[in-house]
Amino acid sequence: MARMNMIQAINSAMDIMLERDPNTVIFGEDVGYFGGVFRCTAGLQKKYGDHRVFDSPIAEGGILATAVGMGVYGLRPVVEIQFADYIYPAFDQLVSEAARLRYRSGGEFWAPITVRSPCGGGIFGGQTHSQSPEAIFTHVCGLKTVIPSNPIDAKGLLIAAIEDDDPVVFFEPKRIYNGPFEGYHDRPLVPWSKHDLGEVPEGYYRIELGRAAIARAGSDVTVLAYGTMVHVALAGVAESGVDGEVIDLRTLMPLDIECIVASVKKTGRCVILHEATRFSGYGAELSAQVQEACFHHLEAPIERVAGWDTPYPHAFEWEYFPGPARVKRAIDKVMAG
Amino acid sequence: MTTKTPLKLHVPQPKARPGESPDFSSIVVPPAGSLRKPALDEPHHAIREHALGMIRVLDEQGDAIGEWDPKLSSEQLIRGLRHMLTTRIYDERMMKVQRQGKTSFYMKCTGEEAVAVAQAMALEPGDMLFPSYRQQGLLVARDWSLVDMMCQVYNNTKDRLKGRQLPIMYSVKEVGFFSISGNLGTQFPQAVGWAMASAMKGDTRIAASWVGDGTTAEADFHYALTFATVYRAPVILNVVNNQWAISSFQGFAGGEQTTFAARATGYGLPGLRVDGNDFLAVYAATKWAADRARDNRGPTLIELYTYRAAPHSTSDDPSAYRPDDEYQRWPLGDPIERLKQHLIRLGAWSDEQHAALTQELDDYVRAAQKEAESYGTLGVKPTSAASMFEDVFKEVPPHLIRQRQEAGV
Ligand SMILES: Cc1ncc(C[n+]2csc(CCOP(=O)(O)OP(=O)(O)O)c2C)c(N)n1
Ligand SMILES: [Mg+2]
Repeated sequence: MARMNMIQAINSAMDIMLERDPNTVIFGEDVGYFGGVFRCTAGLQKKYGDHRVFDSPIAEGGILATAVGMGVYGLRPVVEIQFADYIYPAFDQLVSEAARLRYRSGGEFWAPITVRSPCGGGIFGGQTHSQSPEAIFTHVCGLKTVIPSNPIDAKGLLIAAIEDDDPVVFFEPKRIYNGPFEGYHDRPLVPWSKHDLGEVPEGYYRIELGRAAIARAGSDVTVLAYGTMVHVALAGVAESGVDGEVIDLRTLMPLDIECIVASVKKTGRCVILHEATRFSGYGAELSAQVQEACFHHLEAPIERVAGWDTPYPHAFEWEYFPGPARVKRAIDKVMAG
Repeated sequence: MTTKTPLKLHVPQPKARPGESPDFSSIVVPPAGSLRKPALDEPHHAIREHALGMIRVLDEQGDAIGEWDPKLSSEQLIRGLRHMLTTRIYDERMMKVQRQGKTSFYMKCTGEEAVAVAQAMALEPGDMLFPSYRQQGLLVARDWSLVDMMCQVYNNTKDRLKGRQLPIMYSVKEVGFFSISGNLGTQFPQAVGWAMASAMKGDTRIAASWVGDGTTAEADFHYALTFATVYRAPVILNVVNNQWAISSFQGFAGGEQTTFAARATGYGLPGLRVDGNDFLAVYAATKWAADRARDNRGPTLIELYTYRAAPHSTSDDPSAYRPDDEYQRWPLGDPIERLKQHLIRLGAWSDEQHAALTQELDDYVRAAQKEAESYGTLGVKPTSAASMFEDVFKEVPPHLIRQRQEAGV
């Protein structure tokens, strides 16, 4: 075991996969010599050479398109989109090509691509360095979507994503790269080195896609969250004083609906939390599925806590970010219901 | 039977990395005045040397040489010098206030001031500008208020963008400066669309846009060139080749094989490669392209060959990927120093006058800072958070009114 922050854990996953599988290649903007603007690929080019880890032109559509071609050849490309906000030029290649290649070719061709991309706000990045576009990708048949909330999961999930034979979009909440964030922006950052989940096995291990984790067991209310919001959910539960069960979804597609249903049937109450905007957000899918499976067990309407339906405003980061106070309010409401 | 050779992948490498000596030996710097100035109606294939060579006017001594000398008056030249100096001093100040925690982010254009300043001066006031984030000099040269720019950087109560935008993502419709996008390259084809609209309406105004060397790799760059050439749009498309795109040298945008100006050839439009640190050359090339566009002869691609002396942004540390002293060794010098030298050679300027101007502008920028800070800095007296729900749509829809109430702002 070693102390790792999320950046180091992600780096370790790629290091291991480059070592284990000669078909694994890594490329993207600034990921080669420099090691990425968030340093996630630091040292990998030096260790594996510039045929395995290299810089790319600034062309997200080109990155995804060439990754499809490499995947068709038989490589296993792990590409970085520098910010999730810049994934849109790659949208066509992801949606129309990578996601559907297996289907349209009758299983003849596929592209086992992993698209890593930092997402989310909380760093004063303004509207083009703060977005959480995950729901858009979960809507695309043929794509898997993963969002880890801590170093140990990040590494195991990334290894599973790279080994997966389908394209996986792997969003990394940049606000928690260095330490968990509960949404109290005026409190000092607690680094991962002071957190149990920053204790990461050095070697190879997988965390299977499609398995949620119970971040906190409880009996009064189920709070569904992923990424940074897992930590905010824990803080919101603590503020509310109820015995809440916090489920860290970890992968949005495939979704561990069994875990969710078992919890909601037990608690009878459900709050859904995400940083992304609310309208047609991933919470809408969760709410629908919980309602379909747990209607007779629900004691109160499901509550959603999400980003406001506006672009991410630079100066109003903390008025925008759905923090623990809003989670507490939602919990209070479902508890009263 | 021929034996088959194993294929090899080429991955570009810059000439020097940290710890190594800067190496610009492969850069060919032709003498000033070596390229002729073509007539506006010359076909693009007749002026291919302009896309491969380099238009330069100022020589090593600071004299203006050759057909491209725009023959500007001393007053115009001093105005250009003033705008470039203002831009540099403004950048230094804003970098400092970011370090002091008064805002979150800043980007300088140090070493590239001639690009925006000379180009703005070569255009007409009504022409529409579609910049990237590194052309703050356009606003300075259009005499826009530094206080107003600073208020955006501070996201304070007088921020015209209402606290919504990352610092430096200016938008100033009054002076034809289009809202800057964080997404690279999107403005390039938009400028073409604006120019097409101007042509559709029989207007006389043209458009200009700027992208960096790195950004030419984006599809938007190619959309722009295709639409511009198809409709012969009255637009000037500028590539600011400052050698770097964050940590990636321009070889990762294809700059190893040919020039960025030469991209124009394949699209059938003229490409001009210009010494971007030569105020006179930048002015003259832009004026030539503008005259062509106004004369219904269509678009021009200009590559401005320069060097990004500054870090990419306040979030960047270039010592991790390039030699520290590269800028000191840059063969095309510093744009402000070169124009200053030229003015001195003309007998229109002196070191004393330069020092006095620098002092005057420093005072001016400090005064602007003081005023801007009286309206607040980031997080201290911002505009009301209620404005975050406005302008998503023209009318605030009911669900956003509810959300605003829930937010309690
Ligand atoms: C679509 C998109 N992809 C990536 C980025 C991240 N990014 C911001 S600036 C930059 C480098 C741009 O380099 P260049 O075009 O040469 O302009 P310069 O910064 O040198 O002026 C990158 C990769 C972005 N803003 N938008
Ligand atoms: Mg550049």
